[in-house]
Amino acid sequence: MRLINQHPSRGTRWMLAAIPMILIIVVYLVNSHLRLVENPEDKLLPSVSQMWEALKLMAFTEDPSTGTFLMLDDTLSSLKRLGMSLAIVASLGLTLGILLGSIPLLRASLSPLVAIISMVPPLAILPILFIVFGLDELSKVMLIVIGLTPMLARDLEQRARELPKEIIIKAQTLGANSWTLMIRVVLPQLLARLMTSLRLLMGSAWLFLISAEAISSTEGLGYRIFLVRRYLAMDVILPYVLWITLLAWLTDYALKKLHQVCFPWAEGADA
Amino acid sequence: MLVRRFTIALTLLCFSLFNTTAFAADSKKQFNICWTIYAGWMPWDYAQAKGIVAKWAKKYGITIKVTQLNDYAESINQYTAGQFDGCSMANLDALVVPAAGGVDSTALIVGDYSNGNDGIVIKGANKQIKDLKGQSVHLVQYSVSHYLLARALEQAGLTQKDLKLVNVSDADVVAAFSTPSVKAMATWNPQLSELAALPNTSKAFTSSQIPGEIIDLMVVNTDTLRKNPSLGKALTGAWFEVMALMKAKDKEALQYMAKHSGTTLDSYMQQISTTALFYEPAASLAFVRDAKLPTVMQKVSSFSFENGLLGPAAKSATAIGIEYPNGVVIGNSKNIKLRFTDTYLQMAVDGKL
Repeated sequence: MRLINQHPSRGTRWMLAAIPMILIIVVYLVNSHLRLVENPEDKLLPSVSQMWEALKLMAFTEDPSTGTFLMLDDTLSSLKRLGMSLAIVASLGLTLGILLGSIPLLRASLSPLVAIISMVPPLAILPILFIVFGLDELSKVMLIVIGLTPMLARDLEQRARELPKEIIIKAQTLGANSWTLMIRVVLPQLLARLMTSLRLLMGSAWLFLISAEAISSTEGLGYRIFLVRRYLAMDVILPYVLWITLLAWLTDYALKKLHQVCFPWAEGADA
Repeated sequence: MLVRRFTIALTLLCFSLFNTTAFAADSKKQFNICWTIYAGWMPWDYAQAKGIVAKWAKKYGITIKVTQLNDYAESINQYTAGQFDGCSMANLDALVVPAAGGVDSTALIVGDYSNGNDGIVIKGANKQIKDLKGQSVHLVQYSVSHYLLARALEQAGLTQKDLKLVNVSDADVVAAFSTPSVKAMATWNPQLSELAALPNTSKAFTSSQIPGEIIDLMVVNTDTLRKNPSLGKALTGAWFEVMALMKAKDKEALQYMAKHSGTTLDSYMQQISTTALFYEPAASLAFVRDAKLPTVMQKVSSFSFENGLLGPAAKSATAIGIEYPNGVVIGNSKNIKLRFTDTYLQMAVDGKL
């Protein structure tokens, strides 16, 4: 049988999915062990127990100077920044996407601008962002917003323009004006796509969040990583990275489930 | 069938990965040194570019590759991870990264100490350190700026708990200072002179008030140096050849260093004037033999321990032993991880390199 026609059975699929992960873990453990045998104080590849000790200190021990749990503080402030930014990105991106996708006059005027703005790397213009939005929470949220909104808007605009002409014409023959067309035809279609686009953008969102927290902060998951990176505390960094990965995966899973529940009709195309 | 073949292939790949890391060659003639841009380290750039390092290495039958890295914290991490045999770094960083990471390191060359290159700038005229009470200070946390701030607060009768520390990335220092929410910044040159030059600011404290406490070093792996003393000889020889040029105010050399640190000759000379460079091997030798050095390192150890920089395994500020010339050890003598040596400086003084 040809390779492209061989499909793994259910059990094999689980095994095939597990093999690379197990391999990574084994490679890590062996290399970590080798380095620690040579130098028990090695900071680069800490052992599981060293990471656990660091995690206990960060997550389950009250910090003497603030009286709170550092990892909880970090997680809450990062999630707050991320949630706020994604809410703004989603509403701005959706609005822009609908408007640019369905009103040709507006599209002619704004679409090229959005395309150009989406090319500006926000990290390159950080000093300007500081002056305009200050150094506090706002600049961190804005960095993510500026980084993601144009991408989302362009994606949604494209999806709106891909809606079959027949549907648009049919709605008009049934008496829809521009407003009802946008609200009743375009919006539901784009809402379904929004979930999928957000899932794809989550990686960039975390990237911008971590960069934003390096700018100027006193707490946050990215802040902590940047801080302890100065003295190579991989025993803190690695558990934090795993924690971020878990959070990101959970968000992705939640968005996927939400999509399944809210837009079962769009599952075929977007799933 | 296919699955099995796939698994075998992956297993083989996996083992080949182990082998490359496990059997890295140990006997060597080729050495890698890294450095980052800083007024007191530009001589390494010049020495590499003009073949001075190559000349000295050849004299001792080895080759030395000097690499410039762009991120200071990363350069120390790379050295600690074993990618380089030596790297330029400050005394605080040498203690909290390689030494605390169990990499036995030797401060081969004490190049200079900061004598005004690090400082604290507060917005407003005639501000003093005691005005920082209750304020927030922006700085690169756990860097030498943090140490400088701790020392400044100590002298003003304040502690870190009296103010709020906000971490900034060193690349963003100047831009961040121009925003209204930033009231005070602890940083180093060239950013420091940028900030101090702004109207209505006060330079409330500089490292010239704690001379000899922030020291810039060329740190090499102790094990490598022991097996290959020629590495120490070649680096020391090359370094003091450039120092002699700088002392003689060699226009070409200074201009080269200014250009490659991204600034003008005037501004570079300004930075050099607040860097107490040891132009003569004898001056550097006197500094490492001075009884003041252990006192300074004890302060640095206490600061590092109090801020948790020595790692969770450290039970006290003396957990890491530091060795000074003539076999003097301060701290845990069973865990010596940082050594100041006078062997190569003495050779340079005696003209035996």
